[in-house]
Amino acid sequence: MYQQEKLAKGIDWVVVFLYAALVAIGILCIFMVEYNPNPDVNWATTFVSGKTEYSKQLIFAGVCAILAIFILLSDSKLYTAFANLAYLFGILLMLATFVLGRNINGSKSWIPLGGGFNLQPAELCKIFTSLALAKYLSMQELDFSKLRSQIIATIIAMFPAMLSIMQNETGLALVYCCFFIVMFREGLPGAILLIGFSFGVLVVATLIMDPDLLAVILTAIAIGTIYLLRKKIKRSRRILAFIIFIWAACVGIQRFAVPYIFNNLLQCYQSTRVYAMVGKVYDCSKNKSSIAREEANKSYAKPDDYNVRQSKIAIGSGGILGRGFLKGTQTRGKYVPEQQTDFIFTSLGEAFGFLGCAAFLLIYLAMLFRIVKIAERQRSVFSRVYAYCVASIFLLHIAINVCMTIGLFPVVGIPLPLVSYGGSSLVTFTILIFIMLRLDADRQMVLR
Amino acid sequence: MATQNNNQSRSRIILGIFIVVFAIILAQLLNLQLFSPSYRLQAENNAIFRKVIYPDRGIIYDRKGHAMIDNIINYDFTVTPIEARKGVDTATLCSILGIDTAEYHKRMITAIIKNSSFKPSTFEPLLTKELFAQLNENLYKFPGFNLQERPVRTYPYHVGANFLGRLGEVSSTYLKEHPEEGYQPGDYIGIAGLEKSYEKVLMGQRGVKRFLRDNRSRIQGPYAGGNYDTTAVAGRSLYTSIDVNTQKLGEKLFQNKLGAAVAINPKTGGIIAMVSAPTFDPNDLTPSEYRDHIGFLVTDTSRPMYNRAIAGMYPPGSTYKPLGALIALNEGVITPSYGYDCRGAYWACGKRVRCDESWAGHAANLQLAIAHSCNSYFCNVFRMVIDNPKYGSPRKGYAKWREYMHGFGFGTHLGIDIPGERAGNIPDTTEYNHDYGNRWVSCNMVTMGIGQDRMTATPLQSANEACIIANKGWYYTPHFVDSIENPEQGDTLLARYKVKHSNLHISDKDFRTVQKGMEDVASEGTASAIKIPGHTFAGKTGTAQVPKLKNLAVFIAYAPVEDPQIAIAVYVENAGYGSAWAAPIAAHMMEQYLNDTLTEDTKVDVERLSKASLVPHQIFDWRRQQDSLKAAKARAQQRRSDSLQKAQKAQQVEDSIQLIVSAASHKSDSARQDSIKEAMLVDWRSKLWPLRLSSRKKAGK
Repeated sequence: MYQQEKLAKGIDWVVVFLYAALVAIGILCIFMVEYNPNPDVNWATTFVSGKTEYSKQLIFAGVCAILAIFILLSDSKLYTAFANLAYLFGILLMLATFVLGRNINGSKSWIPLGGGFNLQPAELCKIFTSLALAKYLSMQELDFSKLRSQIIATIIAMFPAMLSIMQNETGLALVYCCFFIVMFREGLPGAILLIGFSFGVLVVATLIMDPDLLAVILTAIAIGTIYLLRKKIKRSRRILAFIIFIWAACVGIQRFAVPYIFNNLLQCYQSTRVYAMVGKVYDCSKNKSSIAREEANKSYAKPDDYNVRQSKIAIGSGGILGRGFLKGTQTRGKYVPEQQTDFIFTSLGEAFGFLGCAAFLLIYLAMLFRIVKIAERQRSVFSRVYAYCVASIFLLHIAINVCMTIGLFPVVGIPLPLVSYGGSSLVTFTILIFIMLRLDADRQMVLR
Repeated sequence: MATQNNNQSRSRIILGIFIVVFAIILAQLLNLQLFSPSYRLQAENNAIFRKVIYPDRGIIYDRKGHAMIDNIINYDFTVTPIEARKGVDTATLCSILGIDTAEYHKRMITAIIKNSSFKPSTFEPLLTKELFAQLNENLYKFPGFNLQERPVRTYPYHVGANFLGRLGEVSSTYLKEHPEEGYQPGDYIGIAGLEKSYEKVLMGQRGVKRFLRDNRSRIQGPYAGGNYDTTAVAGRSLYTSIDVNTQKLGEKLFQNKLGAAVAINPKTGGIIAMVSAPTFDPNDLTPSEYRDHIGFLVTDTSRPMYNRAIAGMYPPGSTYKPLGALIALNEGVITPSYGYDCRGAYWACGKRVRCDESWAGHAANLQLAIAHSCNSYFCNVFRMVIDNPKYGSPRKGYAKWREYMHGFGFGTHLGIDIPGERAGNIPDTTEYNHDYGNRWVSCNMVTMGIGQDRMTATPLQSANEACIIANKGWYYTPHFVDSIENPEQGDTLLARYKVKHSNLHISDKDFRTVQKGMEDVASEGTASAIKIPGHTFAGKTGTAQVPKLKNLAVFIAYAPVEDPQIAIAVYVENAGYGSAWAAPIAAHMMEQYLNDTLTEDTKVDVERLSKASLVPHQIFDWRRQQDSLKAAKARAQQRRSDSLQKAQKAQQVEDSIQLIVSAASHKSDSARQDSIKEAMLVDWRSKLWPLRLSSRKKAGK
């Protein structure tokens, strides 16, 4: 009786409700993708048969519910106590994949658990990293305005990302960038975000525009700035030097760094995906890795933008109101590959149109706002940092996943939180959210 | 604590970032889902498979309901490679089709390359009946294989190749010029004869079925429950006035001959038979047989694909004379009792125009002159019309005469309902102005009065002339199709064949005089040896002289005299007297039509006529020439490489097809190109006419 009261007390039911809604929508979407009009099939039984993916997802949801109850029953001090240990454990797991790893869809980031289940440590590591970052930032003697602590926090956040890149999981590595949002909240200078953002804009501009034209535009901006600040420059030569340095850096990035990244660092298929996003064709003969492959006489399928094209067709054909439940031809004809996992958003867009998509995204946005609200009402820094971590991870997942299905981002394989098919990702996000809810239930306590 | 507060305000910035990200996503969604309508189209192109359902094409019947063109179902043996991977009894299949396993695999690979593994492709087209039976019986042994229906046109009577027409693949130029008619590449369309003229009626209305297909083009089921499907409407049949037995007899009589015959029902203008010789079996040019026969038909020097009945331009010869008489009577320059004292030739113009009769009184009046076909009489009458003092000058008189001729349907397109008709030639005064420098008189063209000089007419026009005389002055435009099955409000195709043309204004009395003359032709005149058992007929023989060849035999007639049922014109090239060759052919055809049987005597005569060969030796000379040329070319080609040879062959066939096409068109310049051949065979250009050559010399001085 006491246990029950404790369990229910202080829990934020809004987040739980939104969580349940998203999981339900996810199962519905997987059902739409897999649906096959066959009069002999009794739909009620297929949902519990465990043979179809939507019934499997239902089972995963059940497992998650039990897991959630366990987390809510646990003591919140557990998480502060084991945060650093868990982080170490996660890093070890990720390192273990290099030895035990199994190759699934081109990335060697899965550990086979037996019984047909596979574990992706990089997914779990998001939880551990969040905990470790929260632990580090909530240290009493920490002054986050110092550069040293900022660098240490960055290393904590980016180390798993680096391992992910080495496992050929670029998508997951990108997600770890979300921790910069958290650090920004805790006092990281805004200039760093600004520089990152500017760099992104510059890369996109390099891709879209003619390189000479872009150089001329950059030079024009630099000259314009010098002209506007001519009085200040008279007083201090350093401003002029700063402007010229930025100009040189920009042109250098645009002229040399970007082509170098695409030709030498990225694989051919990755460059092709990025170019496809802005509607251009990448010439793989310039790519270093593909040249190496050709010299080794290894042929490979020429990558193309089929995925994004079909995904855009599916979403675009939905119109305002959509084509109706189970009536989308793109989904029925299985034109979009990986539609039940990474491209799940397309089935929603096709069936329910713009209004459906907007409503769906609003659920996400409501959840994010709710989490930020929860974060800001925490007394302890640990809980606040952790809640921000959850919100940022969700944001990056949603933004990258949805943007890639609508052609705003190159195709990287990351799931849509709580909706995409897959036990590993569903369990991770469940744990993420319910640890936060557990901490929130004890928001009056000060945790270290 | 200050930094704490400062940082707390950053939560608003973070919320702002959230909102910006979602706003960008929503903006792109708006762009994709609201402002890019092409995606819906692309999705439908992806997923909806449109299958065109072809309706049965309309059938063409003769006047008694015999089908002259019919549809039969042939079968193709098709295979869907992905389903035919396992469990196919290859040995049995190969032994039935008579191929080895290597050929089997080759065909399978071709099918996959052509149509992918998931769609059916043709494995063996157009099965024979035996093959169909064997395959059908063993079909369970060949999973993935199927028998696909394919409708094919057939001509059960093997006649009428030149007017029934044929089907062929629709050309790319036609597709480009008529995008709204809904043809697709590979569709069949009528490309000659009735099949072409009545394409819209015969074709029916195509149906479209929409299916849903998946990413591998496998059919998933009907799209939207078939709500958007349209059903195919069968083509409508044509009921023609052709009498298939008369047609058959006509083609038999014209075996081994060059020429044409047209028989018309004078009461309706409906064509009873149209023979053009030489001809071919229309079944030879159905799409499946086309390749095997087109080469020979196109290069044959006797030109079997040329429809001489509507496009052959012959001098009508003496068959023009009844018209000359009618014009003169109506103009009042002669009366029925007018006579001319002919002694075997006409000398009035200084040169001799020979007459076959020389006994006194054979042209004592109009009736006698027609019956004995007196050349002198009609030369004289023609000159009287041209020099009619009423008009003042031969120029005006000639213009009036020409107007009459147009009224009789000569020198104009009659407007028959198959393509390729030519107008014949009733020369313009400008042609004479050009030849004689504006100083011509009626003597320059005196042989026009006996249907020669530059006058040419098609057999169809001559048959129509017989109709006009039989009807005493009116006719319907000759046509094949009497009625269309299930007539619709919008059908305008037949409207112009229901219009009675009666703008000649020549009195019945005058017609009666000419009719009497033509009845006498049959009873005591030039064709008195010809009889139709049980019926009387009126006719007019004609014999036109032709350079290098024997005479062109012409005959026009109608029967029975008291109530004309059939009017006919027969032209036989390189034959002799009209009464010897053209008249019996016409008589037998009329007998067949009127009595529906032939007497024993006639049957014997039919055999005699059908065995007689009148093909001029020049045809064989040309054929030999062409063959030796071909042989020489073949020898030359043997030395060349394989690929070059193939390309050239294809080009040759293409060229000769082009030649035929251009020759068949109305353009006079293309006709002039091969004028010599045509002059001898079909287009009797009077420039080669000996009489005209001498008259030109005279005028030149």
